[in-house]
Amino acid sequence: MSLEGAVQPFEFVACLELREMLGRVAWDERELLAGIEDAPADSLYYHTRSYFLRTHYLSAPYPNDFATWAAIQVRDRVLGERLAVVDPFDFGDVELLRADLISVIDAHLGSRGTVPRVDTGEPFHFMRSMLIDVPATAKAATLEEFRDGLARVDGSAIYYHFYEPARRRPEADPVRWLDAMGRHDVAARVRALHPSMSSLDGMRAELLAICDQALGVHGA
Amino acid sequence: MPEAIHLDDYRRVVPPQTIDLLRRLAGRVRGRSLLHVNSTRVGGGVAEMLSRYVPLFEELGVPVRWDVISGAEEFFRVTKSLHNALQGQEQAFTAEMLAAYLETNRENAARLHLDSDVVIIHDPQPAALIVFTRRPASAGTGREGGRWVWRCHIDVSRPQRRAWAFLRQFVTRYDGAIFSLPKFAQQLPLPQYLIYPSIDPLSEKNRDLTAEEVAATLDRLGVPRDKPILLQVSRFDRFKDPIGVINAYRLVKKHDDCRLVLVGGPADDDPEGAQVLAEVMGAAQGDADIHILVLPPAAHYEVNALQRAASIIVQKSTREGFGLTVAEGMWKGKPVIGGHAGGITEQIIEGVTGYTVNSVEGCAYRARYLLHNPALASQMGHHGREYVRERFLITRDLAEHLALMVTLLNA
Repeated sequence: MSLEGAVQPFEFVACLELREMLGRVAWDERELLAGIEDAPADSLYYHTRSYFLRTHYLSAPYPNDFATWAAIQVRDRVLGERLAVVDPFDFGDVELLRADLISVIDAHLGSRGTVPRVDTGEPFHFMRSMLIDVPATAKAATLEEFRDGLARVDGSAIYYHFYEPARRRPEADPVRWLDAMGRHDVAARVRALHPSMSSLDGMRAELLAICDQALGVHGA
Repeated sequence: MPEAIHLDDYRRVVPPQTIDLLRRLAGRVRGRSLLHVNSTRVGGGVAEMLSRYVPLFEELGVPVRWDVISGAEEFFRVTKSLHNALQGQEQAFTAEMLAAYLETNRENAARLHLDSDVVIIHDPQPAALIVFTRRPASAGTGREGGRWVWRCHIDVSRPQRRAWAFLRQFVTRYDGAIFSLPKFAQQLPLPQYLIYPSIDPLSEKNRDLTAEEVAATLDRLGVPRDKPILLQVSRFDRFKDPIGVINAYRLVKKHDDCRLVLVGGPADDDPEGAQVLAEVMGAAQGDADIHILVLPPAAHYEVNALQRAASIIVQKSTREGFGLTVAEGMWKGKPVIGGHAGGITEQIIEGVTGYTVNSVEGCAYRARYLLHNPALASQMGHHGREYVRERFLITRDLAEHLALMVTLLNA
C-alpha cells in the first residue's frame, strides 16, 4: 500500500568532500596495518568508499586505497587482491570493517618471511575527509518524483544517499523513506544493490531501472 | 579586452549540476569575507589562479579581497633562498637575512587590512604576517575573529630542515594549512587540507582558439610550423630543468626532426630568473630550431596558441609544487612528458595521459616514441582532457575552498 502524502517528502542532498591529510605514512605493510589500527573512522571511510565520489573517469585498479597501494606501490599483488575483495558495504559498523582489514593484512604477513615494503614507489599517506552536505533542489513526495530526482541530481547526491549510510543524515536514508511510503518492493530491491560494484553513474542507472519497473514505465 | 566570465559560462565545460552545487554551497557562507594574500600580482601560477578566483567568489556572494605584500629586493632574495631551501636545495641563511624577512612582514602587517573572516596566506613570503597582526590570539582555536590558513604551493616533501624550522614557527600559529599533495604534509599541530590547484578552462590561456588564431600567433612569435614542436612553458628556474630539456631535444634531434620551444618570463619575485635565462640562451646558441621566448606575464593568449600548436608538452621539472602547465597541456588534448616530481605524477597517468620521466634520456625516448606514434599521442590527449575536466578545473577548486570556509566558520 502506498502512503504517498502521509510521509515527509524525501529531500535529495548533494555533498562535497574536504580532504585532510593526517601526516602519517606507511612505508611497508606492517606500518599500513598499524596505521589502520589507529586511523579515525573518517579515514577508513575515505580510503574504502570515497573513491566512488572522487573518480568518474579513469579508475584506479581497486576502489579500496589500501588495496591499490599494496598492488601498485609495494607491488604485492596478492595483498592487493585480498584487500580489494573486502567489501566495505558488508559492514554496518566501521569497527568491523577495521577488524577485517587488519585480519587480512595480519594473515598475509604471517604467511611471508619478510615484510613487503615500498622500494621505488610512494608511501601510503593516511587521509580522512569531511563530508559537507548541500541540500539539492530536488524533493520527492511520490515514487515518480523520487525517480525524477534520481535522474537529475548531481552524482554526489547518489553518493551521499547510497554510499555513505554512516555519515549521511538519518532522514536521508532512501530505503527507510521507501519503506515508510509503503513501497517495500522497491526498498527491498534498492537494499539488494551492491554499490561497491558500480560507479555513481552505474548506480544511478540501476536505481532508475528499479523505479521504472515499479512504475510500470514502458520498456523498463 | 575579453568579456567578463560568469559562473554560468562554465556550464559549457562542466556538468550543469556542478554550477548549481557551487551556488548552493556558497549560500552557507554568503556574506562571510575572504582575503587572499600573496607576494606578486603578476607572474607565476598563484597570481594567475587568484586573478581567476576573485571575480567568481564575488559572483557567489562571498566578498573577497586579494592583497599583495611589497618588499625590497633584499626581501625577495631572501624569500627565493627560502623557497629553494624548502624545495630541498642547500642554502645558507644569515641572521640578517631572517631579520629582513621578518621586518618586511612586520611592515606589511601594519599596512594591510587583515581583518576578514577567512584569511588565506599564500606561500612562504607572507607567512610571518600572522605574527604581527594586532588581533589577539585566542587559545585553542587560533586567531580571534578571522580564521587563518597557510596555503603552500611548493614542494616541501624534502625541505632543508633549518629553513622548515624557521617557517614552521609561523605556520603553527595558523588554524589550518593547505597543501597540493599528500606527500607535502608535515608534522603540524593543525589540520592539513589537501586541495589540488586548478586551471580555468575559459581563461585566455585555456579557452578554445581557432586554427587560424594559432597559426597567426606562431607567425607573430617567429615559430615556424614546419616541424613537430616540443614545448616547455615555465619560469626560467633550475627546478624546471630547462637545460635538461635542451639536452633531451638534442637526443631526439639525432633521429627525428623537430623544434624545441622554451617559453618563460621572470616574475617579480624571482631574482634568479635572469641568470638561468642567460644559461639557457648559452646552451641553445647555434641551433635555429630552438626558440627561447621571453614573454610578459600576461601573454596568456600566446601561451595558449603555442600549447595548441605543440605536438608534445614537456614539463621536465626536478622539483615541482604542482606543475599546472601539465593540466594546461592536457586540457588542449596534448600528451605530456613530465618529470617525476611533485604534482606532475598526480596529473599524468602513466601511459594513459602521458609519461613521467627521471632523466634526460627518458624524456628523449618518450618524445621520440610519441613522435612516431601520432595515433597514440592523440588518444592520450583525449584522455588527458577528460581527466582534467574531472579533477583540475577551477570549478572543483572553488567548491573545495567553499567547503573549507564552511568547515572553518562552522557555517
